[in-house]
Amino acid sequence: MSNMATREAYGLALARIVKENDDVVVLDADLSPATKTCYAKEARPDRFINAGIAESNMVGMAAGMAASHMKPFASSFAMFLAGRAFEQIRNSIAYPHLNVKLCATHAGITVGEDGATHQCNEDLALMRALPGMTVLQPCDAVETREMLNYLVNYNHPCYVRMSRLGVDSIYDENYKFELGKISTIIQGKSIAFIASGIMVSEALIAIEQLNQEGIYPSLYNVHTIKPIDQDKINSIAKSYDYVMTLEEHNVIGGLFSAVVEALKIPKIIYPIGIKDTFGESGTPEALMKKYEIHYTNIIDYTKEIMGHE
Amino acid sequence: MLTQLSNQCRQDILKMINKAKAGHPGGSLSCIDILTYLYTKEIKLTKENVSSINRDRLVLSKGHAAPALYAILHNIGIIDSYETFRQINSDLQGHPNMNDTPGVDMSTGSLGQGISCAVGMAIGNKILENGHKVYALLGDGECEEGQVYEALMAASHYQLNNLIAILDYNGLQIDGAIGDVMNPAPFKDKFIAFGWTVIEINGHDFQEIKDAVQLAKTSEKPTMIIAHTVKGKGVSFMENKAGWHGKAPSDEELEKALKELQGGCNYE
Ligand SMILES: Cc1ncc(C[n+]2csc(CCOP(=O)(O)OP(=O)(O)O)c2C)c(N)n1
Ligand SMILES: [Mg+2]
Repeated sequence: MSNMATREAYGLALARIVKENDDVVVLDADLSPATKTCYAKEARPDRFINAGIAESNMVGMAAGMAASHMKPFASSFAMFLAGRAFEQIRNSIAYPHLNVKLCATHAGITVGEDGATHQCNEDLALMRALPGMTVLQPCDAVETREMLNYLVNYNHPCYVRMSRLGVDSIYDENYKFELGKISTIIQGKSIAFIASGIMVSEALIAIEQLNQEGIYPSLYNVHTIKPIDQDKINSIAKSYDYVMTLEEHNVIGGLFSAVVEALKIPKIIYPIGIKDTFGESGTPEALMKKYEIHYTNIIDYTKEIMGHE
Repeated sequence: MLTQLSNQCRQDILKMINKAKAGHPGGSLSCIDILTYLYTKEIKLTKENVSSINRDRLVLSKGHAAPALYAILHNIGIIDSYETFRQINSDLQGHPNMNDTPGVDMSTGSLGQGISCAVGMAIGNKILENGHKVYALLGDGECEEGQVYEALMAASHYQLNNLIAILDYNGLQIDGAIGDVMNPAPFKDKFIAFGWTVIEINGHDFQEIKDAVQLAKTSEKPTMIIAHTVKGKGVSFMENKAGWHGKAPSDEELEKALKELQGGCNYE
């Protein structure tokens, strides 16, 4: 089982894509060694635009490039892309529905030691609220690569949310990415975990231990947060006694909200996520425990809602 | 005196980052002489006045240089220990937070925002007629953010002669030399055009820092002190290296750096 951060897989995929596609342009805002667009810069220096530490301008330039029939992929940390440049994204990209791929890395609290100013737990809420914006979050390296391959010929504004932390691979090489479709990873019974991003691998660890105690959760991966797979959400809601969402994002506005909004029948959804608070400095593991999104928290919460001792 | 104190701060910066295994040594070392001067000679910070606004204040707009701020606050007796820097439950966050750390006057870390907050604090001081100064420390890469120029415009519009900004002009950002990544130069002409008094100095020369601040205090306009500095200053293998922007020194590297610094002040 290989371990790789989704941002690393993104950088590698993008370097290949920019080499093979003359109309792809890569933009960054002075973070290329961290977002991993540095590989694309190396592969095609003539298709790499460094905006400097000027994210709002980068987003505006990307919009202009799309208007000139280029295919821009613009990167920064989630905080400085979705956060800093929100209104530029809304009015210059989403409103004219331009073909810009906003590829954000370092989302969520697993940014770690840099602390609250760099830990974006609000980007899904912001991006989901934009009409016409596709919002994606890969859970491992293979899915990131397949998602990127798909996006090259997907001519719509799109936000991709990636992480700093390495994650174990979940999918094998034959995985096929299907936009808008929830992917089933484990078929279990009575409780369903609906997870996204790094929480998919966290859920897997929890499931392994829960199995030993006679609890067999299903695991669903929501790589497409918007448009959400409404049919699948409702069939999950009908088929299970308990449904839990797992996200590294504020429980307000992210996956939990998206799932609740998609329901056509009344159903209690139990959220694992950041409980409307800011993060802080610390190791990713210590932070996941403190903010209760660690696999141990998933295990405890599962047993609690299912009434197990 | 100041030379010894800033040398001690340099050692503390490196120890802090080594212990945390994360942090920003390069830009902390380039601004520590400026902070050492300001906190000892201008901002008369004491345990008694630390939580009051009836004193001069400083906004570390380049918030990633938090280790430099914590080191000087430690050495003037405001914070006791820096052992927990960047660890969970710590009052010393990776980027400064005014609600966690005594002596931190504004929460920063997202570049370009601190200078706007400093403008607001200076306007507040004018309304309160308290006569106190506001200092702001900016990075040169940070000056690529458009917000910086919006702040400069507002400061001269409101004739904020109680605002003194210092630019840590070390020539480097994450992706390399500022001139290669996205050139914000020429600085001087820009700042003058925005209605500021501009003074250029060597940011590692205490006499020049002092003279510039004294001159700034007599200006009718906001003042920008362009401080020419060296990123990683004081540690030979870190100097002028973009790679030391956000990397922690290993135990061996720390030992080597401390030896250099303890060997005396290799510049004057
Ligand atoms: C808005 C924003 N964008 C990006 C970053 C990430 N970042 C942290 S430090 C840095 C480079 C800063 O360069 P400079 O201002 O020259 O600082 P110095 O050389 O003094 O360390 C970047 C891009 C950030 N903190 N804030
Ligand atoms: Mg710099």
